[in-house]
Amino acid sequence: MNDNAIVELIDIKKSFGSQQVLRGVNLRIMEGKTTVIVGGSGQGKSLIIKHILGLVTPDSGRALVYGKELNKISKKELKDIRTNFGVLFQNSALFDSMTVYDNVALPLRERTRITEEETERIVNEKLKMMDVEGTNKKYPAQLSGGMKKRVGLARALVLDPKIVFFDEPTTGLDAAKSNEIYRVFSRTQKKLGYTSVIVSHDVPKIFKLADYVALLHNGIVRDCLTPDEFQLSDDPVIKDYVETTMGPVYSSEMEV
Amino acid sequence: MKKINIETGVGIFLIAGLLCLGYLSVKLGDVNLFGSDRYLVSARFANVSGLKEGASVEVAGVSVGKVSKINLDDYEALVELEIDPDIKLQEDAIASIRTQGIIGDKYVKIKVGGSEEYIDEGGELLETESAIELEELVSKYIFEKE
Amino acid sequence: MLNYFEKLGADTLYHLNQTGRMGIFLFYSLLSIIRPPYKIFPIIKQTYVIGALSIFVIIFTGAFSGMVLGLQGYHTLSKFGAEGLLGSAVALSLIRELGPVLAALMVTGRAGSAICAEIGIMRISEQVDALECMAIDPHKYIIAPKFIAGIISLPLLTAIFDVTGIMGGYLVGVGMLGGNAGTYFSSMYKDVEFSDIYMGLVKSLCFGVLIIWICASKGYYVHLNRGGGFGAEGVSSATTNAVVLSSVSILLFDYFLTSVLL
Repeated sequence: MNDNAIVELIDIKKSFGSQQVLRGVNLRIMEGKTTVIVGGSGQGKSLIIKHILGLVTPDSGRALVYGKELNKISKKELKDIRTNFGVLFQNSALFDSMTVYDNVALPLRERTRITEEETERIVNEKLKMMDVEGTNKKYPAQLSGGMKKRVGLARALVLDPKIVFFDEPTTGLDAAKSNEIYRVFSRTQKKLGYTSVIVSHDVPKIFKLADYVALLHNGIVRDCLTPDEFQLSDDPVIKDYVETTMGPVYSSEMEV
Repeated sequence: MKKINIETGVGIFLIAGLLCLGYLSVKLGDVNLFGSDRYLVSARFANVSGLKEGASVEVAGVSVGKVSKINLDDYEALVELEIDPDIKLQEDAIASIRTQGIIGDKYVKIKVGGSEEYIDEGGELLETESAIELEELVSKYIFEKE
Repeated sequence: MLNYFEKLGADTLYHLNQTGRMGIFLFYSLLSIIRPPYKIFPIIKQTYVIGALSIFVIIFTGAFSGMVLGLQGYHTLSKFGAEGLLGSAVALSLIRELGPVLAALMVTGRAGSAICAEIGIMRISEQVDALECMAIDPHKYIIAPKFIAGIISLPLLTAIFDVTGIMGGYLVGVGMLGGNAGTYFSSMYKDVEFSDIYMGLVKSLCFGVLIIWICASKGYYVHLNRGGGFGAEGVSSATTNAVVLSSVSILLFDYFLTSVLL
């Protein structure tokens, strides 16, 4: 079923100290589709992902993955759900005391019972898919930002996950590098067919990848629409966002 | 290479640590890993004041064993002695409790006898001399004067 | 005035929470030790970091503690004409008290701080989150090998400390001050009982768990600390905290353990 939501956030509220970051987030993520969460900095976009991953417990509201409420199930069940996840963190979160090879091999070694040769084959295949072969023996600190992201991506995809989360996959990269990441990304999605959730600032480029775009503003999701609908939306907040991010750069152009 | 280095390091550490632990417990802690091959002999004393379990047993000033147990039996002190297997004690040997120096530890001194018969495992030293208490000696001396 | 009480209450709650968190941390860590799968290599690696790399510090401090005990002990005992007891005085104070405590303090400084900083950095750079999302239990993967290594290393390091200390005491008491070599060892062999060594062993085991527990949990929960837990500063203050807290608790527990075991 195409309109099957595998992740559902219902009225999630979360505050840190006196600051309320999420004020009732509702979001449905469809199976097999790419959902992009956009919004200004510091609005809590990464926090939404952390709720879906079960890393953060909401103050109120429910986070459902595969119909199961994350903060109500046992550790074991949570672990089982997480076996479907692949995550690329904002700063890649590679294990800096391990080589690139060991980083990518870790999920295979810890979670599966395959032989070391098989592990090597899969790791090399994934690294090749991300165009970072030959970095096996390097440590994350010796890699550039873009390469780290790609290694992170390789690690996220190594177990062929069903849902992949990308927390700002292109932040801090130049245009050419981020295009490359996008190419790698759409290529692998076609090949592996996973559901993906992307947090990004990279409007409008990211719209090309997206099936749905959700705007987070002032702690709530204004709406979740297809990119075309999003750009033509009547909602004043979305309109404002589209104009400020995609509109003309110079104010003189606006007057014209 | 790195893996080998770590393993060697840990190996050295484990062996050094275990050796030290072994030295401490076997040599200092008197742990008998292989079971004691000493034999037991008991002796009755009227008074063992100051004698402790683990105190040494000496023949002619040479340590030949230790006190393994002190119990009260029929208002007498029943002391069990562990004696080295190659030391044989005559039936008429005399066990006495002495002090090393004036304030030193109490120990059991065995005076060798002349008998042809030796005491077997679990046997008893029949002739004993009790601990000499300094206070008793002093008070005896004072009161006898009067 | 009301503000003051509010702050007091918040402080109390904060510390209660922290204590509870650490308790839960210990529970999950110990649980993850007994839960399969068991992997040997991480334990070997941690034993290397905690134990093997500490050998030199331990030998050095052990030797000097023993030497100063020999020096002090000889001068004090010679006032009573009891130099013959030097061996047992040095050995007993090392085995029962100084060995476990000083070795634990050295390990706290050398390895405890490193453990706290390592886990703290893993936490703030989202590596711990990454592990959780890969459905790998961070307790099992990062913490459990450290606990096992601590439990293996501390008693062995303490034994090394004791033996080098006894040699150090011999060096000063017999080699330099001219005591009797035979009486040094014979008084030691006579007076040290297994219960003394047992006491030292139990202490060092407890200290091993204590050090790893405090240092690892302080690093693990660095992001929940009050006042800017994130960043390098958060890790550094957590590390300082961990070292101070574990040193204090080592001395505290030493008293309790001694009174229980005596």
